[in-house]
Amino acid sequence: MSATQVIFLVTAGVTLGAAVMTVSARKMMHAALWLVLALTGIAVLFVLLQSSFFAVAQVLIYIGAIAILIIFSVMLTRRIVQEQYPSVNRFWWVAILLALMVFIGLAVTLSSWRGLYPDRQAVNEHPEDIAALGLALVDPAGFVIPFEVASLLLLAALVGAIFIAIERKGGRR
Amino acid sequence: MTIEALIWLIPLPPVLAFFLIAVFTFRNRKLSHTLAVGSAALSWAASMIVFYQAVLTPELSEHPFVSQIDWLPLGQGWFRIGVQIDPLAAVTLFFVAWTVLMIFIYSIGYHNYGQPVGEQDRPGLQPHGASVTGEDGKVRRVPSVEPMYARFFAFIALFAFGMYALVVTDNLLTLYMAWEIMGLCSYLLIGFWYGKPSARDAAVKAFLTTRVGDMFMLLGLAALYWLTGTLNYRLILSNSVVLKQLAEAASPVLGLSWAGLVGLLIFFGTVGKSAQFPLHVWLPDAMEGPTPVSAMIHAATMVSAGVYLVLRFFPLISAGWMPGDALTPTLMVMATIGAFSALFAASIALAQRDIKRVLAYSTISQLAYMITALGVGAYVAAAFHLVTHAFFKALLFLDSGSVIHGMEHGALHTGEHIDPQDMFNMGGLGKKMPITFWTFLIGGLALSGFPLVTAGFWSKDEILSGALNSGYVVVFGVLAFSAFLTAFYTARQITLTFLGNPRTGSAEHACESKLVMTLPLVVLAFFAVTVGWVGIPENFPILGGLFPNWFEHFVSGMLLEHGKGGLVGHSPLPLIISLIVAPLGLLLGWWVYRAVPAGTVDPLQSVIGPVYTLLKNKYYIDELYHQMFVRPAIWLADVFTVQWVDRGVIDGVVDGTGRLGLWLGRAFSRYFDIPVITGTGDTVAFGTRRLGTNLKWIQSGRVQQYMILTVAAIVILGGVLYFLLA
Amino acid sequence: MIPLSWYLMFAALLFCVGLYGVLARRNAIGILMGVELMLNAVNINLLAFWSYLYAMRLNGLVFVAIVFVAAAAEAAVGLALIISAYRRRNTVIVEELSLLKG
Repeated sequence: MSATQVIFLVTAGVTLGAAVMTVSARKMMHAALWLVLALTGIAVLFVLLQSSFFAVAQVLIYIGAIAILIIFSVMLTRRIVQEQYPSVNRFWWVAILLALMVFIGLAVTLSSWRGLYPDRQAVNEHPEDIAALGLALVDPAGFVIPFEVASLLLLAALVGAIFIAIERKGGRR
Repeated sequence: MTIEALIWLIPLPPVLAFFLIAVFTFRNRKLSHTLAVGSAALSWAASMIVFYQAVLTPELSEHPFVSQIDWLPLGQGWFRIGVQIDPLAAVTLFFVAWTVLMIFIYSIGYHNYGQPVGEQDRPGLQPHGASVTGEDGKVRRVPSVEPMYARFFAFIALFAFGMYALVVTDNLLTLYMAWEIMGLCSYLLIGFWYGKPSARDAAVKAFLTTRVGDMFMLLGLAALYWLTGTLNYRLILSNSVVLKQLAEAASPVLGLSWAGLVGLLIFFGTVGKSAQFPLHVWLPDAMEGPTPVSAMIHAATMVSAGVYLVLRFFPLISAGWMPGDALTPTLMVMATIGAFSALFAASIALAQRDIKRVLAYSTISQLAYMITALGVGAYVAAAFHLVTHAFFKALLFLDSGSVIHGMEHGALHTGEHIDPQDMFNMGGLGKKMPITFWTFLIGGLALSGFPLVTAGFWSKDEILSGALNSGYVVVFGVLAFSAFLTAFYTARQITLTFLGNPRTGSAEHACESKLVMTLPLVVLAFFAVTVGWVGIPENFPILGGLFPNWFEHFVSGMLLEHGKGGLVGHSPLPLIISLIVAPLGLLLGWWVYRAVPAGTVDPLQSVIGPVYTLLKNKYYIDELYHQMFVRPAIWLADVFTVQWVDRGVIDGVVDGTGRLGLWLGRAFSRYFDIPVITGTGDTVAFGTRRLGTNLKWIQSGRVQQYMILTVAAIVILGGVLYFLLA
Repeated sequence: MIPLSWYLMFAALLFCVGLYGVLARRNAIGILMGVELMLNAVNINLLAFWSYLYAMRLNGLVFVAIVFVAAAAEAAVGLALIISAYRRRNTVIVEELSLLKG
């Protein structure tokens, strides 16, 4: 067992543990902090996948922005959330059952796939090329349209979020 | 400004005046008549300039003033409209301009401008007169101003627009529009005093009667367009190829050529508009309108338009006919109708008592002369008579209006209730109304064709000689006898009206009209004499060479091949006849009526007895038409349509359908609707409702339950698909 | 070398954990966290396939970038909605936000 495999197993174990804690912690603040840990673990996995750009992006966007946003939301809404109530609803066993069935389905599907064990890693011959990615995103022959649509989506989300969250004077219903 | 542009502008002022008066100035009498007369004066001035230019232009008939614009987009190309002044249009423009202007000016006086408003006057009725207190404290009755003064000028301006447009236009379609505008105006103006039932009836009668002729004319117009693809005068009438083809192509009707058929249809339009025999009935009744309107209709515009139309289309009507040939059927019809109408109307005029009705019948008779002249091919003579007749007939009508005015004045003064238009209530007016008398005398002499000095003599003489030259002696004889009758009734009219002693107090107290009325009379009288001098035949004894026969040279160019030699031989017979019949008739008329005392019957009645009654009742044509057309129409509407068709058939069918529908409806309702439709609908509705109620628990409003169901469905479906595909 | 199947199995597990969180959490923010976990599982999948099989193409990277964008947008709007709902209904428990109950 090589060093990278050990690193992977440790990281994966930590990440999964953090994820389980995220979905089961009674206190939302704790759940949010567990989420940060899980996201960090995923960033490490990105490094292992030799995509250093997205590892950085993961840290910046998920941990730096989204997780912080979630923490802020938790803090803004925490007053009322009484923690003596159960953190899960009464169908939690159904949820577990379904999650298990989805996992079994995925595992069965994957195990029957022949390409599951490639003999070499393609990224070793073609390392990640961020410059090419940047050019492709603005190239009409490449991905300029998804890029533009994504930017439009961000703008719409920005406007929509402001519109929804803004506190109106006079209290329109 | 080019002359062509000026021609476009000729009809414009009157129609502008019409809109201005109708929309803005109708409350202001002075402004209204200023606008109307001013517009007439503008058109007059433009017409005179155009006429002058036309006279100066050599070979005008080959190169008329023409201007065209694209008007109506058709499938291929455009329908073009435009203006055209050729010799015929020029001379028509001349007399139209003069008579219209004079009539407009005269109308100011006729409608008592400047007089007080009558106490009992109502719109739609003639003015009854007003009471004023004089300086001496006495109350006097004076004429009152027309209640719808501005309205009159608006209508008459539109009328003038119609005539001007008709004269300057260069195609049959716009001519037809102008023609119908005049038809509308005549309806409005004959029924101007719509408060009188007789005026209303006369207006409807005029409109409907002329409409009969117009329908034929429209058919002719359509046929002509179908045949030639154009309605432009020059493309049809100045084109010998087209005329020849039309003259030789056989139409499906009565063995006529197409030219003959179209000519006949257009001629029927003239029969309606110019009041020839079968459709003449509207014209005497049109006397219900104000007198300037009568002058307008009878002299300046409407009836002249009818003759103008046949003059215009004479090349087509006479296509295939050469002077000296036997007449074509179409020409024969024209000559026959014309000669008959001439005699017929002249004889009726003998027995009329109303001063205006006598003139109305004389108009029919004189127009019939023109039609006859055209029928026998005397084109120039017809055109000449059209011009001279317009002047002296306008003069006579305005004169009669002046007489009626004077009589009304007298009637207001004495308080008598008499008919101011009945000649047997007049007498001795010559002394009271000298200008009216002398101008009436000039007009009357011109009408009867008094030799040498009057315009009517020269034109009528030409018609008579044309009739004789054509070889139809019967036509000539009828016309000559009609000329005698014309002279007779003219003398009767003048004698009864102006000579002798006053037969009523109103005649005793009649007084001369104002200058605004007499001035037009003098102007028109001048023309009634002098216009004849431009058309003296060159081979006329003694006088022949003094004045060149300008008119014939000017107008005869309108015809392509014939017409130039149309009046070659001037035989002495018609001259002698004209020289004799007119003075003889006048003398006889004067002698018979020289001393008719008040309250007696017409001396003529004792001579010709029952014939007089026949004439007096206009040969019972109105009664005949009443029996032939009006009664059947009423029967058709009232008995046949309403009682039989409407109540019997249509109502029956409707009721039956209704009952059947009701029965069917009940059957459907009982056996189909309730069990099938309603049952199905209810089942679906209630079933849906039950299903909804049963499924309601799913809609818990909890997001996660929805999601659980969704994921469960995906898992199950995925599993099923996996096992199926694997 | 780490086998590709490890990554994929890890991603599947992470996805199911996230799914459980989405289905079972009462707190709306907790649900949102579950969604973020699921999105990350997808990202790992995408990058793993890219890295092992298709590194010569840029599709995988572009996809991941767009998932990032969608995640950011989703978080922003979702949290705004939660804040708004909280402000009006004074709760973030989704079972209490059952306005759509039939």
